[in-house]
Amino acid sequence: MIKDFDNIIIKTVCRILTPFLQIFALYVIAHGHYSPGGGFQGGCILGASFILLVIAYDINAVKKRMTEKLNTALCSLGVIIYAGIGLICLILGANYLDYGILHRILPVDPVKARAMGTLGIEIGVGLTVMSVMVSIFLNIATGGKHEEGEAE
Amino acid sequence: MKLFALIAVIITGAALIYSTFQMPDWGDAGSPANAHVSPRYIEKSIEETATPNIVTAVLADYRGYDTLGETTVIFTAGIVCIMLLRSIKND
Amino acid sequence: MELIIGKYNYWVYIVLMMIGFYAMIAKRNLVKKLVGMNIFQTAIFLFFIEGATKLEATVPVIDPQLGADPTKYINPLPHVLILTGIVVALSLTGVALAFLINIRRTYHSLNEKFIMKEMSK
Repeated sequence: MIKDFDNIIIKTVCRILTPFLQIFALYVIAHGHYSPGGGFQGGCILGASFILLVIAYDINAVKKRMTEKLNTALCSLGVIIYAGIGLICLILGANYLDYGILHRILPVDPVKARAMGTLGIEIGVGLTVMSVMVSIFLNIATGGKHEEGEAE
Repeated sequence: MKLFALIAVIITGAALIYSTFQMPDWGDAGSPANAHVSPRYIEKSIEETATPNIVTAVLADYRGYDTLGETTVIFTAGIVCIMLLRSIKND
Repeated sequence: MELIIGKYNYWVYIVLMMIGFYAMIAKRNLVKKLVGMNIFQTAIFLFFIEGATKLEATVPVIDPQLGADPTKYINPLPHVLILTGIVVALSLTGVALAFLINIRRTYHSLNEKFIMKEMSK
């Protein structure tokens, strides 16, 4: 029989640990240029921080903070950022996803503009991966009916 | 039924092991996978993209189109899970 | 003897691949087939990554002291392809589990023979 105060160590530790996990995930996305990392890896760690809260508490604690509308909107926003940067390169006159032409908008030289374009699309990829991970986990763990809770 | 599966698995395994005698050794720097286009990526990565991490430079700059398809695949998987499972009671 | 030392890594991956392949075709529970598919995919990833190594080479992040020498860094191209492959494997597992939940709700069983019999009635 699991009493209410048996979980207090897990709940407190997970609540303290979650902001550090999210900052580490943003660090992994931003340092994709200089160390192993990038968009996919950082997005997975961001998604894992929300799944940790679902495991320690229940589903309503997470749905108050990351509503389902916001989750689905972020999922599409990532793909729009990626395709949008490609379209901006096309409008400015170069090929699709040719980041060298971005030096007309940003105040850097053409070689550095390629690195900036890479950083932009990594952010888009990270957002999409995070929201899809949380969405797939919530749907499979509850069997589709979010109001009834887990363990369907 | 399981006997047929075991025979099929053993025949496939034997055919694959027979084909590994022609493969390059472990850590060979002159194998066909290491010799054609990746030396160009390693040499020209800093002067063309200003990115020390070669894996990110290849993933997001030289092969950026494949990563766009990749993001679409994972987006589609999320949408399919929502469509198959999510049910909202209207009462 | 030279043959075994040069090639035994391929044989380990082939054994792993055949374990996953046997689980996919011979087991009757649908979840066990899914686990077999994941083992098979992991063996394929290992096989690709192992083909990219070079002796006495370091990670593919360019060090200012070593320069841009192709013999000092491992091949980055299979790593890029496997990143895409891992994401595809993840989405495949997610969609397959969603299908399995629906099958369980409709037929109340996860046995392959029982489901095929119910479907052909």
